[in-house]
Amino acid sequence: MTKLIQSLMYGLNLGSIYALTALGYTMVYGIIRMINFAHGDFIMVGGFTLFYTIPVMKNLGLPLWLAVIAAICVCVGVGVLTEQIAYKPVRGQGSTTALITALGMSLVLENGALVVFGSAPRNVPPMFSLPTIEIMGASIPGQTLLTLAIGVVVMIILSLFIKYTKLGKAMRAVPEDKVASTLVGINVNKIITITFAIGSGLAAIASMMYTTSYVSIKNELGITLGLKAFVAAVLGGIGSVAGAMVGGLLLGIVEILVKVYMLPGTYEAVTYLILIVVLLVRPTGLLGKAVSEKV
Amino acid sequence: MPKIMKKKYLINIIAVAVVFLILCLLFDTGLLGRKAAYFNGLVTIGMFYTIIVCSLNLLTGYMGEFSLGHAGFMSIGAYASAIATTIISDHVQLSSIALYLIAIIIGGLAAAIIGVLVGIPALRLSGDYLCIVTVAVAEIVRVVLSNVGIKPITGNATFGKSFAGIARVSDYHYVYITMVICIAIMYCYIRSRYGRALISIREDRIAAAASGINVTRTKVLTFTISAAFAGVAGAIYAHYITTLVPTYFNFSKSSEFLAIVILGGSGSMTGSIIAAPILSALPQLISYVFPDFASYRMLIYAVVLVVVMIFKPTGLFGGKEFSLPDLILDGKRKKKEKVS
Repeated sequence: MTKLIQSLMYGLNLGSIYALTALGYTMVYGIIRMINFAHGDFIMVGGFTLFYTIPVMKNLGLPLWLAVIAAICVCVGVGVLTEQIAYKPVRGQGSTTALITALGMSLVLENGALVVFGSAPRNVPPMFSLPTIEIMGASIPGQTLLTLAIGVVVMIILSLFIKYTKLGKAMRAVPEDKVASTLVGINVNKIITITFAIGSGLAAIASMMYTTSYVSIKNELGITLGLKAFVAAVLGGIGSVAGAMVGGLLLGIVEILVKVYMLPGTYEAVTYLILIVVLLVRPTGLLGKAVSEKV
Repeated sequence: MPKIMKKKYLINIIAVAVVFLILCLLFDTGLLGRKAAYFNGLVTIGMFYTIIVCSLNLLTGYMGEFSLGHAGFMSIGAYASAIATTIISDHVQLSSIALYLIAIIIGGLAAAIIGVLVGIPALRLSGDYLCIVTVAVAEIVRVVLSNVGIKPITGNATFGKSFAGIARVSDYHYVYITMVICIAIMYCYIRSRYGRALISIREDRIAAAASGINVTRTKVLTFTISAAFAGVAGAIYAHYITTLVPTYFNFSKSSEFLAIVILGGSGSMTGSIIAAPILSALPQLISYVFPDFASYRMLIYAVVLVVVMIFKPTGLFGGKEFSLPDLILDGKRKKKEKVS
């Protein structure tokens, strides 16, 4: 029982990292129908920003959470630049070109990081020092609970933002119908850029959550984490914000449970197996809307 | 057969033979001296890259679907053939050519079987979703290979997660002939009625189905052929490099193959045949001179890939093919016209 609660908490923690990342994928996919392969690498960028800014904050005597703000700024910058430089010119040239460009940008970031930071894994210094908390006999590190809480709060804020604000409504309108959105006075290009900015900001928060729980970062972090977060987005139904959250949390819990109770080395295979089964049985995902093909 | 066709076949065969003789001249006569083994290796690597890139081009260029899991099929071919040849050579003494033939046949067959098994369900999807499923399949293969050790059946070989001690039978003479045959088969396939059906599906799936083409069967067939040649490339790789590590066949490898296809020009076999050896061997040659180059290699590919996508999304050759016979015969015809 203790083990189960502990695994569930770790699962929720990992799941909220996936969920925040999946949100970035799903929002971008919803708006321009493109798998932004580079999104996972934004997390890697955020992780390295934290690695370098946390000691700076420590030396200056500033609160350490300011490093997160720096990471968000850097990630948003990288995200918007990626969109402006690479994705904007190929928009409207078909999904093939978009897919390859996204893959190319992912490779650019990953191998750029390899050149700049080297291939050795780095340990991000801890940002919070919190006591271990006991819940029903299970001892859980404080930072796990804290990151989980941050993840949940961010998701709630994002849901409210998308549901009630004018900008959020515009973000929901553009994927529905680009032409009609333009007609009612929405600047589609601006909305796309804002979507990228928000997605990248979420990636920065995800990188903060990742580094507090898993410490070690590497230039290849983006690919593994990104692919799994994308699986989570597809699982929940790509294009659906609620779906990304549900898919992410579900995937995190499943992975930890497989790791703890079944063969520990095979949890990745299970993740991808789930993806294949979902795509074959219900291609629109758990919460996705079915789009019928026009002839 | 019309006379002109005969002429074209003759020219092509002569061209293939000339390249073969040049390779023999370079490596067998000691012209390159001590560096022969090094360049020999580069050429062999270039050749198995050519096979796998062409096989991926079959999907990308002619079927219009993406596979980001070709390294997975390659690893299946590599492991299956390596297991087979290691077991066989423990029991019977075979000549290296026999062992090589067994390796590429087993490698191709194993990858083809997995290709059918994956293709039948997965090809109901298309576009981004299919692409993601191929990633998933390759990752599953990699995870399984990394976790499941294969117990040695007989004494000598050490099987398992990383697989060492594979017989080195991928001699470049054999590999060159294999490459030529593989490319010829793929080219003929594209020019056959199946290939034309495939291209019509790429252009308009619904119209193709309406005119009586079995869309699913054509797609699965193409996917299987592509997987099979990836397996052949894997078998060649395994019997050249002699040690297999599952992590070699990762997502980055698959995306490297796809990048080469796109840079060469999807839908152009010529593009793949030119791009694959250059992009696989050139970085090695450069890092021979500048040792630091290796870490910049993929960065440069990636930047070039993005730039190509922005300015010339069709790649280097953009669906065009180069034909030596046409070049020669057209040149003659033009000369005649000038004279008359």
